[in-house]
Amino acid sequence: MRRAASAGLRAAPRRRPLSARRLGASAWSASPGRAAAAEDPEETKRMNLFSAVNDAMRIALLTDESAVVFGEDVAFGGVFRCSVGLREEFGPERVFNTPLCEQGIAGFAIGYAAMGRTAVAEMQFADYIFPAFDQIVNEAAKYRYRSGAQFNCGSLTFRAPCGAVGHGGHYHSQSPEAYFAGTPGLKIVMPRSPREAKGLLLASIRDPNPVVFFEPKILYRAAVEDVPVGDYEIPLGVADIVRPGTHVTVVGYGGQMRVLEEAVRLAEEEHGISCELIDLRTVLPWDRELVCESVQKTGRLVVSHEAPVTGGFAGEISAAVQEDCFLSLEAPVQRVCGLDTPFPLVHEKHYLPNVIKVVEGIKKVAEY
Amino acid sequence: SPQKSPQNLAAAAAAAAAGAGGDERAYPGGVQLPYTKTLQLVDPQAAEKWPVYRVLGLEGQVLAGAAEPDLDEETARKMYRTLVRLQAMDVIFYSAQRQGRISFYMTSTGEEATHVGSAAALDAGDVMFAQYREAGTLMYRGFTLQQFADHCFSNEGDLGKGRQMPVHYGCEALNFHTISSPLATQIPQAVGAGYALKQKGGDNISVVYFGEGAASEGDFHAALNFSATLEVPMIFFCRNNGYAISTPVKDQYRGDGIVARAPGYGVTAIRVDGNDALAVYQAVAEARAYALANNRPVLIEAMTYRIGHHSTSDDSTRYRSVNEIQDWATHDEPGFRFRTWLEGKGWWNEAEETAARQEERMAVLKAMETAENKGPPPLDSLFEDVYEEMPPNLARQKRELLEHVQRHPEFYEKPHH
Repeated sequence: MRRAASAGLRAAPRRRPLSARRLGASAWSASPGRAAAAEDPEETKRMNLFSAVNDAMRIALLTDESAVVFGEDVAFGGVFRCSVGLREEFGPERVFNTPLCEQGIAGFAIGYAAMGRTAVAEMQFADYIFPAFDQIVNEAAKYRYRSGAQFNCGSLTFRAPCGAVGHGGHYHSQSPEAYFAGTPGLKIVMPRSPREAKGLLLASIRDPNPVVFFEPKILYRAAVEDVPVGDYEIPLGVADIVRPGTHVTVVGYGGQMRVLEEAVRLAEEEHGISCELIDLRTVLPWDRELVCESVQKTGRLVVSHEAPVTGGFAGEISAAVQEDCFLSLEAPVQRVCGLDTPFPLVHEKHYLPNVIKVVEGIKKVAEY
Repeated sequence: SPQKSPQNLAAAAAAAAAGAGGDERAYPGGVQLPYTKTLQLVDPQAAEKWPVYRVLGLEGQVLAGAAEPDLDEETARKMYRTLVRLQAMDVIFYSAQRQGRISFYMTSTGEEATHVGSAAALDAGDVMFAQYREAGTLMYRGFTLQQFADHCFSNEGDLGKGRQMPVHYGCEALNFHTISSPLATQIPQAVGAGYALKQKGGDNISVVYFGEGAASEGDFHAALNFSATLEVPMIFFCRNNGYAISTPVKDQYRGDGIVARAPGYGVTAIRVDGNDALAVYQAVAEARAYALANNRPVLIEAMTYRIGHHSTSDDSTRYRSVNEIQDWATHDEPGFRFRTWLEGKGWWNEAEETAARQEERMAVLKAMETAENKGPPPLDSLFEDVYEEMPPNLARQKRELLEHVQRHPEFYEKPHH
């Protein structure tokens, strides 16, 4: 792994999102500048999601000497092991602990990035990103616009573990993406797997806009797959057709994709309903075109996320789809989401939009 | 736990019995701390107040025992000329707002010395973050009256493309990050910028300005603490002018101002007479050298008085007396003190004063007239710079708005003020 990453040493790219879309799950691309002869571009390694995140940050630090990684407890490797080994490899000036203060982490990251340098800041849990809400929404998101593009903090990325974890209760389970989705200037990304996480995180770190990168913490250890060892990016703003289908379009992102994959499999096997499953990947700005193309084909839509339904991002998707696909829709759009309660501890199983709730939603639109 | 093991207790008792060895302890949270058997609450009111460093008296004389700064004639004259220009701009732009020609304005009256004194002591490569009442620092660096006017009139010449309210200046070429309204947000940002400067390994620091009201925000706390633990070469410059809009400092804090907080963060600090341009200059020069030499932050609290209203949306006589304002304006006006010192050096005189006031007044009026005759930034620019690139949702909204405007030209051609 180290050999391959070292071989990828090069100036940090500032690449546009690739036009190579619609390639399904394999829509990743090797970054330019790799020493192609020195390694097998297809070489992969088994990684879980935290290793993939770690690998992405290592490559970011290797390929961009201005890059720094910081937050609460990142120096010893992070409470989820995402930054393990990085301080030893890159030194305490580039991988360091901050005081326990999210608004400070965010403000510091903005100032560092506003000097044209790359900041990868960690919020220990997405639940604790709210003290930094002002810095992210009023400052980071508007830095370029308000200065007439004289200044920007585009080279910053906020990473935050998010989502249900089985026993996280109110403050170790939240999915706050919709709060940020109403903020022009931000990009919001949530990967579904290790391979996706590495490519999307590298793209986020190198994207010339501030990115909030939510990592489904339940996948940190649970999801394991073959991940390319080299330097590659998955373009932001481009959704992914995880599984093609004809009867119902099912849209989600992040940790919920595991639930949706199981639900569409059951819908097919037990009810004969063919679902087209789409991973949004980027929540803002989202791939409206791909989702609407799919709904125009299937005529039916189920949107699902862990966050509460009211004000959740499924509402935005539903409204946009009825606007663009009104004549194609055969059934009302179904939102299968978290309940409008704080995230509960003992009743987590009942709260979550689990597999059987999603299958019910799929059946409902299919049989409408 | 190991701390409570009998062996440890015995060792502690033995150490205590031995005398000095038992009088202090290395706590993980407190380095080497002494013990005391005297039960005593520490009352901050009983502590000595931080003194205010000054060089010039109210009559502009160098005080006995004070060290006159190493300030050359050219720099000193530039400082004063900037002060005159700033005062001319404030008077004219303020009345322009009263006449409805610009939507908003904030003057710096009474605080000019904090601007020119600090700006002169900094290097042009030092990175500035400001709150909003520091126009003189930007002016000292060379931001032109036309640039100030173009911004306040939100015209096509505005570097900010007419997107922010007046007085939200910014200039990349002058290392002055664009001002934003949310208070104190720039303070931890300046820490991050200072860390970047340290990593670059040059000879520059970051400097952040804020008022004593903004120092009550959580971001102030965040920034001071981060700057100390991350060892950042920078200056925190607090303008303590007595009021945050209508709120007097007795409702803002109960400690000895802002400077007294610095030691709690392990930050080096000094309190200075903010109406004494020489004292401000010296304090900033000293702080800058210290920050660079030690990779450590310095906090400066400049004591001053906000002679003007908070903004054009505020009538400050509703919460403070006219006598109080008049007292500061007549007895401790920073321009007068600095000018008297300059004249004593033979670097300024009455004729130059009259000419400079007149020239600056005319220059401001000319810049304002020019600004007023420039058109607004193009409508397209409304959609630009939200992201580096224009995402599809914005491209769609841009197309829809432009088509809509074409359908209703009579509505949109009316002045929007």
